[in-house]
Parts: sequence; C-alpha cells; structure tokens
Amino acid sequence: MDLKELYQEIILDHGKNPRNLRKTENFNKDAKGHNPLCGDNVHIYLKLNENKKVEDISFEGHGCAISMASASIMTDLVKGKEEAEVKEIVNDFLDMIKEKEELQNKILNEDEKTKLMCLSGVKQYPMRVKCATLSWHTLTSAIDDFQKIVNTES
Amino acid sequence: MDIDSIKKEFPIFDNKVQNNDLVYLDSANSSQKPRVVIDRIYDFYSKEFSNVGRSVHYLAVAATNLYENTRTSVQRYINAKDKNEIVFTKGATEAINLVANTFGQKYLEEGDEVLLTELEHHSNYVPWHFLRNSKKIKIEFAEINEAGEITIEAIKNKITSKTKIISVTHLSNVTGAILPIKEIVELAHSKNIPVLVDGCQGAPHLKLDMQELDCDFYAISGHKMYGPTGIGVLYAKKKWLDDLPPYQGGGGMINEVKKSGISYGELPNKYEAGTMATAQVIAFNESIKFMEKVGIENIEKHEKELLDYGLDILGKNNSIKIVGNPKNKGGVISFTIEGVHPHDIATILDEDGVAIRAGHHCCQILHEKLKLPATARASFGIYNTKDDIDQLSQSIENCKKIFNI
Repeated sequence: MDLKELYQEIILDHGKNPRNLRKTENFNKDAKGHNPLCGDNVHIYLKLNENKKVEDISFEGHGCAISMASASIMTDLVKGKEEAEVKEIVNDFLDMIKEKEELQNKILNEDEKTKLMCLSGVKQYPMRVKCATLSWHTLTSAIDDFQKIVNTES
Repeated sequence: MDIDSIKKEFPIFDNKVQNNDLVYLDSANSSQKPRVVIDRIYDFYSKEFSNVGRSVHYLAVAATNLYENTRTSVQRYINAKDKNEIVFTKGATEAINLVANTFGQKYLEEGDEVLLTELEHHSNYVPWHFLRNSKKIKIEFAEINEAGEITIEAIKNKITSKTKIISVTHLSNVTGAILPIKEIVELAHSKNIPVLVDGCQGAPHLKLDMQELDCDFYAISGHKMYGPTGIGVLYAKKKWLDDLPPYQGGGGMINEVKKSGISYGELPNKYEAGTMATAQVIAFNESIKFMEKVGIENIEKHEKELLDYGLDILGKNNSIKIVGNPKNKGGVISFTIEGVHPHDIATILDEDGVAIRAGHHCCQILHEKLKLPATARASFGIYNTKDDIDQLSQSIENCKKIFNI
C-alpha cells in the first residue's frame, strides 16, 4: 500500500479547500448522508433547471480529507451536466471504486477523468472506501428524491 | 517488572503487521490476548468440552467445575462478598442492558429520572433510552467540566427527588477521567439511590474492591481484560439479584416449569439462561490469573508511567491538542491534530504499524459537547512500552509531513 497514492496533492488540496462547500440558494433537490462509524456527515444541495441540467450543486458537512475531497471533486465535475449524465457519472465512479480499472463514461473529458481517478487510491484501503463514496450515494439520493438519509451501514 | 517478557506472552506481537512491528495502542477498544488464554480455549474444546450445569457425565461435571472456578476467580478479583453476586453475560453491554431492563421493569415509572454523565459510552445510554420510550422516564446527564472530568458536584447538581438510579462510567474511554465512584455511591446511598458503574475501562486498569466501593452494580467486559470476546460480568449486590426479575428466559434459569406456571432458579442460574459462552468463561479465568500474576498495582503503575510519558511527548507537539486534562486519569490519550482529520491520522499511523482508534469512540454525546466530530485515541495496555509512544510520536510527524503542516 502506498500513502502517496491515497493522499495525492489534488486530494489534499480539495480536502483542505473544498470547492462548493456552501448551501445553494433556491435549491430544488437535496439529500443527507451519514457514516455512523466515522461520524461523517454530508448534505448535498442541487439546483436543476427546467432542462434538468445542474445549474448549481453544493454541499455542507464534515469529514476526513478523502470524503471532503471526494465531495468537492464530485460537485466540480457534475456542474453543468444533465441529470441523466450525472447519474451515469455517479454509477461509473462507484463501479470504478468497487471493481473496474478505468472510468467508462464518455461524458467527462480526459482531464476530468484523471482528476477523478485520483480517488482510486482508496481501493487499497477497504475501510476508507465509504469515505470516498458517501457524497456520491447522497447525490443519487438527492436526484431520486429519496427521503431517507443515506447511511453507509445499511 | 519486565515488560519485554510480559509482551512475549502475547503471540500477536510475534508476527509483523504489514511488514511492521505492531504498535498496539487500541486496548481501550479491545486488548490483545496472552498465550494462556488462547491455549485454554483450544485445550477446552480439544480435551474437555461439554455443556455445563446439566448432564451428570464426567465431562459435564468437570466443565461445570471449571466454569464455576471462573466465578470464584472473578469474585476474588473484584472482592465481591458472595460468589453468587457474579453473573456471566456476553459482555458489559449485556450486563448494563440486564440492569436497565429488569430494574426499569420493576422500579421505573413515568417521570422518573435516570442520571448518567456526558462521558458515557453508548452502551450506558442506549439501554436507558429504551425506557424513555417504553416507560416515559427522563434521562439526565451530569456535565463535564473544562478538564473533561465529572466531579461529585456535577452529580449532586443533577440529583432530584425523581432520580431512581445513577449509572456512570468508572473511567472515561475518551478523556481518561477516573470518576470519584466511592463519593458518588455515598452521596447516592444517602438518598437511597442505587448506583451502576460501567467498569469496562475500570476493571482492566484499576484495583477493584466491590465491598469498599459499595456500588450496587458493576459491569465488566472480558475482552478488554486480556480475555476472550463474548464474555462479560455483571456484579450485583445479592439483594438486587434476589429482588429483580429474570432478564432472559430459557433453559438453565428455571426451577420448575408447568403449564400453569414457572418458578425461576436460584442464583446465579436465574440470570444465565441458555448455553453460555462456556469456553470463553473458562478461558477468562486465565486472563484473571494472568492479571493477578502481573499484579494490578504493577499494571496501574506501568500504565501511569506510559501516560505521563505520552502526555509529555505529545504535549510538547504544538500541532497536537489533547482532549481533556483530568487530574485523575487512566491510560487513554485522545487528541486532534489541527488540519488533519482523525481518520486520516489513523490511516497514516497504520502504515507504520501503529494501531489507534479514530472516531467518536461510541461517545457521541461527549463529542457533541466538545464540539469535535471525531478524535484520535491512543490507549495503553500492559504490553506497551515507551518505544511504542516514541513510534506514535514519529508517525504523527509523518502525518504532518503528508498534510504539509
């Protein structure tokens, strides 16, 4: 295992200075996520326009460098995408973290994919995978208007 | 005391963990096991196994005697007055649930108050919370002071005419504060209030004397005392065990069962329904004998030295904030590093073989009070050395380096 792969510069940067760490005004979708083992909390706010495009996305919460960086990078990447595209990116990311070597989607460009792949270091740390995926599951929940709080343990 | 030779009695340290020597600083969570305990489980299953308390064949009688020998050892270890005041449970959690359930059933009514403290582990809050729903009782929390301690005044402030039981930890698994149990018991008894002590962190690290402490209930976890998992002890004064209803029903706890009614067994059977964790109970005897051989005074002294050394080393590090500063403190150091989340600390330390815990340590009430979502915690056992603390300190430096602090 290699700590440098887990804590890459980009992760440390996003972890320290998370982008979109705020609350979207006039959001029309939101969801909360909770990791009871760590105590990590995330609340995702989403504003979809009439064409179902992500006009704005933001999050509030606290957690480790991995979870903050993951939420930060995620919100950066899905902004401006259409709802269906967002879902495809989320599923692709979760597949990659679980088993696949590479990202498969054709929505993100190479630079964006490289950025996202920085999170793949958690694959070597099974206990930390949940830190990286919490905000992504919560985003799905927000899009689907799922009322229950996302819980990493259920 | 020769720690090196004591450490050699723990096989876990014979092997590398991810190519590192193990620096185990998570004993408040669960302690490692000496060879005698591990071997005892193997031997019992290999040569002596039988269920206890039922059959008359040779193995059953021998196993029953072994099982009861542990009860005698526990009685001796905690200086209980009567052997039948020792009830085996699956852990301290079950011991507390047993009291909350049976005492609650018999003595708690709507509006009655149970007094806990802000230091309590979830296992000494959730069982009482059940009664908040079922019996509409109230739960009060004695507040910590700046040092992360519970003073006798903090308890006094929360006692009312409605307080029916006080349930407090002996030693906080986060701040390390050792509570003034004797004073709390004296105060409570002067108002006819019984006291339960959550002894999860007390029993492995402090000399215990139930007759001197005079508490009504004391919950013990076996796996934190160098013993197997799946075994705990509820010490309860005989008058309570005679008085309270049984907790679980099943085989072994009955006297006579008829269609028209059931009478319950004598102590200690009354509270030990079903087949118990027999092998673990028998192996737990070895943990107690191991601790007696080392000597609880020596354990206390050794862990105090480690604590003082650890507080000194970590206290000199400006990036580290130690959580709580109790005058009377056990071998637990919870800390935070400005700019590094405790989970990241734990992952980075693990890379060097340093095993600590990060999170809320099952104490969300306390962490909310401290306004900390999580802390990192190093906790000590008999096998730890000053070298372990030096390694901890060095790995913390690595942490800071990775996070550019």
